[in-house]
Amino acid sequence: MTERNDGPSRRRVLKGAAAGLVTAGIAPTIITSRAYGQEYRNKPSGDTVTLGFNVPQTGPYADEGADELRAYELAVEHLNGEGDGGMLNTMQPSNLKGNGILGKKVAYVTGDTQTKSDAARASAKRMIEKDGALMITGGSSSGVAVAVQGLCQEMGTIFMAGLTHSNDTTGKDKRRYGFRHFFNAYMSGAALGPVLADEYGTERRAYHLTADYNWGWTQEESMKNATEALGWETVNTVKTPVGAGDFSQYITPVLNSGADVLILNHYGRDMVNSLTQAVQFGLRDKQVNGKDFQIVVPLFSRLMAQGAGDNIKGILGSTNWNWSLQDAGSQAFVKSFGAKYGFPPSMAAHTCYVQALLYADACERAGTFYPPDVIRALEGHKFDGMGNGPTEYRAEDHQCFKDVLVVRGNENPTSQFDLLNVVQQVPRSQVEYDASIFGGELGPYEVSM
Amino acid sequence: MDAILLQLLNGLDKGGAYALIALGLTLVFGTLGVVNFAHGALFMLGAFCAVTLRKLLTLEQVVLDTENLTAWGTPTEIRTPYVEAWFGDFGAVLVNYSVPLAILLAIPVMLAVGVAMERGLIKHFYRRPHAEQILVTFGLAIVLQEIIKHFFGANPIPQPMPENFSGAADIGVMLGMDPNVIVYPWWRLVYFAFSVIVIGAVFAFLQFTTFGMVVRAGMADRETVGLIGIDIDKRFTAMFGLAAVVAGVAGVMYTPLLPPDYHLGMDFLVLTFVVVVVGGMGSLPGAVAAGFLLGILQSFASMTEVKAIIPGIDQIIIYLVAVIILLVRPRGLMGRKGVMES
Amino acid sequence: MNLQGIFSMSRKDLTTLVIFSIVVLALPIWLQPFGAAYPDLMQRFAIFGILAIGFNILFGLTGYLSFGHAAFLGVGSYTAVWTFKLFSMNPIPALFFAVIMSGLFAFIIGFVSLRRSGIYFSILTLAFAQMSYNLAYSVLTPITNGETGLQLESSDPRIIDSMFVGEQAGLPVSNFFGLEMSGIPGFYFCAIFLIIGFFITQRIFASPFGMMLRGIKSNQTRMNYTGFNTRPYTLTAFVISGMYAGLAGGLMAVTDPLAGAERMQWTASGEIVLMTILGGVGTLLGPIVGAWLIKYFENIFSSFNENVLHNLFGFLPDGVESVVVEITSMFVGEGWHLTLGLVFVLVVTFLPGGIMEGYRRITAMFTGGGGDGKKANADDKQTQPAE
Repeated sequence: MTERNDGPSRRRVLKGAAAGLVTAGIAPTIITSRAYGQEYRNKPSGDTVTLGFNVPQTGPYADEGADELRAYELAVEHLNGEGDGGMLNTMQPSNLKGNGILGKKVAYVTGDTQTKSDAARASAKRMIEKDGALMITGGSSSGVAVAVQGLCQEMGTIFMAGLTHSNDTTGKDKRRYGFRHFFNAYMSGAALGPVLADEYGTERRAYHLTADYNWGWTQEESMKNATEALGWETVNTVKTPVGAGDFSQYITPVLNSGADVLILNHYGRDMVNSLTQAVQFGLRDKQVNGKDFQIVVPLFSRLMAQGAGDNIKGILGSTNWNWSLQDAGSQAFVKSFGAKYGFPPSMAAHTCYVQALLYADACERAGTFYPPDVIRALEGHKFDGMGNGPTEYRAEDHQCFKDVLVVRGNENPTSQFDLLNVVQQVPRSQVEYDASIFGGELGPYEVSM
Repeated sequence: MDAILLQLLNGLDKGGAYALIALGLTLVFGTLGVVNFAHGALFMLGAFCAVTLRKLLTLEQVVLDTENLTAWGTPTEIRTPYVEAWFGDFGAVLVNYSVPLAILLAIPVMLAVGVAMERGLIKHFYRRPHAEQILVTFGLAIVLQEIIKHFFGANPIPQPMPENFSGAADIGVMLGMDPNVIVYPWWRLVYFAFSVIVIGAVFAFLQFTTFGMVVRAGMADRETVGLIGIDIDKRFTAMFGLAAVVAGVAGVMYTPLLPPDYHLGMDFLVLTFVVVVVGGMGSLPGAVAAGFLLGILQSFASMTEVKAIIPGIDQIIIYLVAVIILLVRPRGLMGRKGVMES
Repeated sequence: MNLQGIFSMSRKDLTTLVIFSIVVLALPIWLQPFGAAYPDLMQRFAIFGILAIGFNILFGLTGYLSFGHAAFLGVGSYTAVWTFKLFSMNPIPALFFAVIMSGLFAFIIGFVSLRRSGIYFSILTLAFAQMSYNLAYSVLTPITNGETGLQLESSDPRIIDSMFVGEQAGLPVSNFFGLEMSGIPGFYFCAIFLIIGFFITQRIFASPFGMMLRGIKSNQTRMNYTGFNTRPYTLTAFVISGMYAGLAGGLMAVTDPLAGAERMQWTASGEIVLMTILGGVGTLLGPIVGAWLIKYFENIFSSFNENVLHNLFGFLPDGVESVVVEITSMFVGEGWHLTLGLVFVLVVTFLPGGIMEGYRRITAMFTGGGGDGKKANADDKQTQPAE
């Protein structure tokens, strides 16, 4: 393999260069699509339309990425009329006919974000520039979502975000070409707040441990606002380095701080580690201020929570979606996903599957793939039957508004997937907010190429 | 007061872990002179010995229940672990103690891995430039990592400690203070004791056995030792095997504190290199001292009071200390002259 | 070196330069069969080529192994994006400031780190880079925008541009007096810098300064004993090398205006080291070859999913096909790391001195070890052990 790129290169290059001198004039036009006078980038010309699935395939979120990819493959099957159709049967309103999108068969390409902004943009660019992807979707972190969303705005390619929970994605970093179905930190706080007051009372003293980066800060701020509005007091907020591994030096100060609730604004491996270690320090067996000490994990992911084992039992948190939901849409999705892969989908898989279908449906409604028209079709779109009840893609910030789940770690799981119990499906009205509070600007519909 | 005592405990606990994890690297890197970027991967392999043992012990007999269907329409599964089915309560005890028991599995496995690595690959690189040692060991680390990912996935896998050791010890009461002021998890105390024992054993081995003496002599002057008819190569192989075992058992015992995933080794790689170099090349006591120093300073730097004065200090403290020490002491804390300086 | 000295190249060097330029400029053509002829990857080829040859000036010539070179890449990127935000979308000032800032940064870090040698030097540079990364990721967020990465905003002042151009809808694109720096023009822009960078490296390798650096590598102690202070030379090499990295970082921002903290992480520094060793330390072309190979794996191998494989092996009988796809999929797509690791191990085991050693062996085989131009060329590519 190495030989191919090394030894003979000079000889081949000489030949190539000779050829190059001849074709140099035409070469660039082959590569840049604009020379064809297309009205938009990657306009599907044949009988297929290509979507780009950009998910983490290496690094700590590789399993989540793999689950996202499974969901996308399922979505492609259903869009093309294969399999049992999944949510195509439950989604309302639906213009999807199971014959692809606008009569064109759906094809897809994949890329590895590595959960790094640079790598994610590189693979998104590859899919757009080389593979002719008309839409990019996926991802498992807010940094990546914001970075790719920015790129897609420049390229004039629609981006349907995967798992991203920071307020910034549809707040200060929102883009006209970016759409998020997943919920956000603000909604987690708003949904969790009243449940926390119900369960733990209004006189509590909270101690925050927060992952020291953008998402962590927005999560901390949202939780702080929500809990303080209930009358809770915030004892301290401590930032922890991302990927700290051992959190003991941040956990010991909690012991004698007078706090009686620990809020872990961590996700993924940080959450697994900090929760595991906090429980080992005996925090949950403690009594402070005459109350049982409690731990709260604002953003719960079932897939990642497996890593914390028994430590999640009884812990409250919020989640975008869980496979145990009983509505028709969720059941249809779980059924076709489980039948194909043998286990239930994660919330990341759900949001990705829904995003793919929503994009396809918007194209059908717009009657074109022309991105500005598809964007207009998505903006303000109201739909139901895809889990989480009636949902709206708000036009002002491209954030979906829907019910949020408050969940608790299952004390008696019946299977390795049965980790979370839904405590309450918090109605959409309770988590809605004014789009202007986070600032940001969507930008133009038309993008010069 | 109690805050400072607790951070001191944290520091000792971290320091013990750092020293233990770095110990295997010092043996290979500081003494054999091989820049082993696969050391983190060895630590990770050790951790996965624990995962494997637990997986084996909790292998379950699956009976399909076709009456009850799952949400996706397949029969539900009724699972009973074989071990419990066969051995009853004793089986349950085995599962409970899977982590310490995994040491018994890790020793032969890691020894085999270490020897195979040295004989198959590293042996050819003793006389090669360090740059090439980096490339080959880094490549090897990636390969080992990807193999683990292929079989175990990318998510962390929880490894519960034996139940007797879960929860925290009330150290304050032992010191005559009020209850619940100084509590510390049992398993962390176990890990600390474990690192002290392993480090002591390795020291004694090198200091007081003929084998150790020959290895030390071989490090100082390989040619001469070879000339007097001692097969130093064999001993270097054994040394590499020993380093792998130490890294492996360190990994096994760490799993309850940090649920392992395939990426674990890379996270510890940089840290262990810093510990070894700050301690000084070729010095085992140096590495241990550096481990404790960095552990304790890191704990104190994480206190809110300290962070209020210097924001973000806990993010950089390890590297900052490394820079200061290397500038004040040219060969780290206890480095020998001429080792890896050119 | 006077002006004449700069341009009086040996015939051999001139040939190499001309051929190299043609190869680089013809990338869009000869990369077609490899599926790599799209603007983003070719831009990366040029940018990482610059990074690797710059790193090689330090490591290849002096033997000092910096494990924190990515920090300069990051500094270059941040400076360039800030120049875009504050002044102008023209790449020239952005690159100018990027190179100056990273040079300054390299001077400070080099001044401190070069007081030590060997592994102690490596750890010092690593420590500085990790500190930069950790701070950029967290407390320096007002400057770096942390994890998300620094991006352009429509509210940026852009003082100079705003004097000439009125309000525009959307974000501006970096442009070289109207020529947009994305796509193919962006690649050629980077390619020209790569060729210039390569030319300068050639001159350094052949200059008395380069000889001095090689001398330091082969025996620093002896040079020190003769009362000769080597540090100004190594520091110069370090700063030049840092400026190359800054240029590369600046170009990354020019072609794609985003600067992320993870560009400075130790894994990024390690990648530069790996590129250089894989290609061949101390050789002129080796580091570039190494950089291209690693970037190719990262971008192309990772994109082969099972779907692609099924199409590729569709001609095989069904049973055979699924087995072949099953096995291949371990090495591509999400398994691309595995292939990369294996390549590292195999190349360095069988080709001491990296890929350029393989090239030398092949040419030696064809020419029977004759003393023609290629053979002579290989001589200065011969690696000296770093110790």
